Amino acid sequence: MPKYLLMIFQEEVATREEAGETVSGDYQAFMQRRAGSLVNGAALEPPETATSVRRDGSGGFSVTDGPFAESKETLGGFYLIEAADLDEALEIAKEVPAGSGVEVRPVRVAS
Amino acid sequence: MPPAASPEVAAAVADAHRREWAFVLAATVRVAGDIDSAEEAVQDAYASALSTWDERGIPANPGAWLTVAARRRALDLHRRAATARRALPKLLDTSTDAPGGADLDAEAFPDDRLRLIFTCCHPALALDAQVALTLRLLCGLSTADVARAFLLSEATMAARITRAKRKIAAAHIPFRVPAMSELRDRVDGVLSVVFLVFTTGHDAPSGDGLMRRELADRGLDLARMLRALLPGDADVAGLLALVLLTGARNAARQDAHGELVLMEHQDRSKWDRTAIVEGVGLLREALASKPPGRFALMAAIAAVHDESGSWEETDWPEILGLYELLAAAWPTPVVELNRAIALGFAIGFAEGLAVLDLLGADPRLARYPYLAAARGDFLVRLGRSGAARTAFDEALILAGNDAERRFLQARLAELAG
Repeated sequence: MPKYLLMIFQEEVATREEAGETVSGDYQAFMQRRAGSLVNGAALEPPETATSVRRDGSGGFSVTDGPFAESKETLGGFYLIEAADLDEALEIAKEVPAGSGVEVRPVRVAS
Repeated sequence: MPPAASPEVAAAVADAHRREWAFVLAATVRVAGDIDSAEEAVQDAYASALSTWDERGIPANPGAWLTVAARRRALDLHRRAATARRALPKLLDTSTDAPGGADLDAEAFPDDRLRLIFTCCHPALALDAQVALTLRLLCGLSTADVARAFLLSEATMAARITRAKRKIAAAHIPFRVPAMSELRDRVDGVLSVVFLVFTTGHDAPSGDGLMRRELADRGLDLARMLRALLPGDADVAGLLALVLLTGARNAARQDAHGELVLMEHQDRSKWDRTAIVEGVGLLREALASKPPGRFALMAAIAAVHDESGSWEETDWPEILGLYELLAAAWPTPVVELNRAIALGFAIGFAEGLAVLDLLGADPRLARYPYLAAARGDFLVRLGRSGAARTAFDEALILAGNDAERRFLQARLAELAG
């Protein structure tokens, strides 16, 4: 069965406020309803705790404070799910009680 | 190279290409499992039809012959690839026949075209990719032809199509008719794609070549295909009505030199009465659904023009009322512009011009040449030639193609004379 990564985006402010709280009732209900499809998942600490490691192009790395891409919306958490096809994955994504929305990415199948 | 087929066989194959491509390809996707190998198998089937039909005669049912041949070829390709095959993502509908045991009885083939349409027009694909895939997979146009129709290089179009097919495979976009709960939205998406195909061809000026004209024909083919597959759908009836009622004026839209002729000056005896009668019949059906859909309302506006004996007899209050319904449900800037024009003819050019001037502040219309051209036209009708000249000059800067530029230059020349 194909796997998809659901990346949950939210406004940065929301991420900060929710950090450290227990899992909200909305998320608990979602996870119970979709237990059969969920493989894994986690909420993330807010973006100011992020560190980005970039290849500098000459064999080394540059390490910088902050998320990889600066934007109003930040990655707040993720689920790894199994779904029959993209339509089912999108249906599940619509049920995630996410702040701004969800990016759905197919997980590459090893060949 | 096999010897060239007889003209009769070549014509039969070309005809089957136009009529049966979508059916044959859709029926083959089930067996092949992915779009690329299905396409290859269908192309091979058409190639073998050229030589086989020459030797054994044209079959009674060319579509069934091609489907059997393409599915057989797909099974061949499938077996050949079997040893080398890895866990590639497949587009198989597992609820039906598995590759090995495919049924080769042509009569038993289900019509899979709807599935193919919904795959090509899946909202997870970018709109331009949906359009390209629809032309490639449902109309059987070559990548080069699709590229020419959209004035893009073949390499750009090939990359767009490859990327879309890759996403279909990698993200497992299903080969399936959507569930009832989402059918309404998904049909609307398909209709938008078909309408875009039609308008891209229909609005193309004379200088843009045959390929764009063919797009308008393909849009009509697609609208007819949808009508046959979803006969009870009022929105589909509305789209086919719109395509017929708009296309009916085609023969009158250019003069002997290929120059644009506005509806006001068109020879209405050249309008296609058969298409108008068919379109009006479909429109009645489309308007029976409440509230009427956007394509039905646009078709109703086209019908008012088509059924009017002359430009002077045009029922502008009726057209204005229809644009008001359209603007209430789909308030796009272009609908607002057309509503302002209808208002000018129905109530008065000064009133219409006032609304056009307000629309000039909308940044979405800032680079739209038809707004400036409409202002110029109303200013001429109001006798304000100086201001009209400025408006046509502005339209000339924004105009997208030579036919429009020549038209605007002619209007400017009239003002100078």
